[in-house]
Amino acid sequence: MKFTEEHEWLRVEGDEIVVGITIHAAEQLGDVVFVELPDEGTTVSKDDEVVVIESVKAASDILAPIDGEIIEVNSTLSDNPALVNDDPQGEAWFFKMKASDPSQMDEFMDEAAYQKFIG
Amino acid sequence: MSDLQQTPLYDLHLDLGGKMVPFAGYSMPVQYPMGVMKEHLHTRAAAGVFDVSHMGQVMVTGPSWDAVALAFEALVPMNVLGLEDGRQRYGFFTNDAGGIEDDLMFARRGDDLFVVVNAACKEADIARMKAALEPELTVTPITDRALIAVQGPTAGAAIASLDPAADAMRFMDFATLTLDGVEVWASRSGYTGEDGFELSIPEAQVEALVRHLLEIEGVAPIGLGARDSLRLEAGLCLYGNDIDAGTNPVEASLTWAIQKARRAGGDRAGGYPGADAVQAAFETGTARKRVGLAPEGRAPMRDGTPLFDAATGGTQVGEVTSGSFGPTVGGPVAMGYVSEAQAGIDTMLWGEVRGKRLPVTVAKLPFVAANFKR
Repeated sequence: MKFTEEHEWLRVEGDEIVVGITIHAAEQLGDVVFVELPDEGTTVSKDDEVVVIESVKAASDILAPIDGEIIEVNSTLSDNPALVNDDPQGEAWFFKMKASDPSQMDEFMDEAAYQKFIG
Repeated sequence: MSDLQQTPLYDLHLDLGGKMVPFAGYSMPVQYPMGVMKEHLHTRAAAGVFDVSHMGQVMVTGPSWDAVALAFEALVPMNVLGLEDGRQRYGFFTNDAGGIEDDLMFARRGDDLFVVVNAACKEADIARMKAALEPELTVTPITDRALIAVQGPTAGAAIASLDPAADAMRFMDFATLTLDGVEVWASRSGYTGEDGFELSIPEAQVEALVRHLLEIEGVAPIGLGARDSLRLEAGLCLYGNDIDAGTNPVEASLTWAIQKARRAGGDRAGGYPGADAVQAAFETGTARKRVGLAPEGRAPMRDGTPLFDAATGGTQVGEVTSGSFGPTVGGPVAMGYVSEAQAGIDTMLWGEVRGKRLPVTVAKLPFVAANFKR
């Protein structure tokens, strides 16, 4: 698993990349009450706002970690946003991407580096 | 590294795992490990303790109750003179344009008036009171007492277990209780829509007393996050969001707080700042009105969301001033201002969220029925 400075995790499954937010990020957000997912098939560029997450307190975005295409979204989250708090690094993945340039993955942190990053 | 002030309960908040954030110049717990959602639901199911020591407490004293009350009536459009000893009222300071400078609670304590104002406005409020009331009266900021709220359906039993006299108090009663040997100024009130108390406690004793309260079954510490969602479900205004210096109490739907004695034809009509403007608003109505707003779907409509009269095109007819997710309602709740013509219950409007128009209905306030001990 790779980690971004935006507190996303990325897991490579064949030629797909599964994206979610870290346990740390979910704790910081607090209770998630609404998730707005992108349309499947959307082409995105790195740092595009692709997902909106609302907690009781505030709205925040998930940015596309790399260039590519959204090939699948986890629509379970629309009906059960609380899953983001219950299992952020498991069941509560947000979307799967096909990378335009897989080498963009190289810049991300491994788990040890991420743990150090969040201190 | 920061200039944030701390309340006398700061160390306790840290001990309890509170997540501290800056609020009105103070470092305050936005939530504890339970989290906003569970803290909110816990308050409606059992009881929560809130630190509101950042709010301003002020005692106004003078030669007699009548002198105190009549002078204070020059600042607020409320019937102060008619307040019985041991009773409290909600009110607001107005400006010359009839706008709301701050909202407040005031209670009669013998011949004295005990006033609680918002943290962000307290310096201005104290200056306003001193300028208007002194030297005939004395305005004393109370800086050696903490203020907590204990709210929820089991709050009454929790406080009565420490002083049975609490049991006799009804909504908006004000009395001195003795809790663990400590003299506490108590009002049966709050800002959650639930039964409960607001307690002014000497700062040296407040931590021990709150620790004791937290040992009582069902009593949990609750942060500012849940305080906000609770007051929003209860349809109560947040000063600075839902009301401000540019808001007339009539358009803010707060006319219930202006008693007959101060309205046209009343014994002491007018006589407060902006009385003419408020009276005119009573008679001719206002262009906009504060209403409850129930967004359809799950997306919260935050403050600043513009409201339109059509799904596409149309005109902007209002704006959300407070919006969040209501844990008890189980969906998004909001309030805001809309044009008079759109203010009827069940009027369908559209809020523009991230470029998309989403349906929202004008709804009756409160979203959650009040649970006061009348």
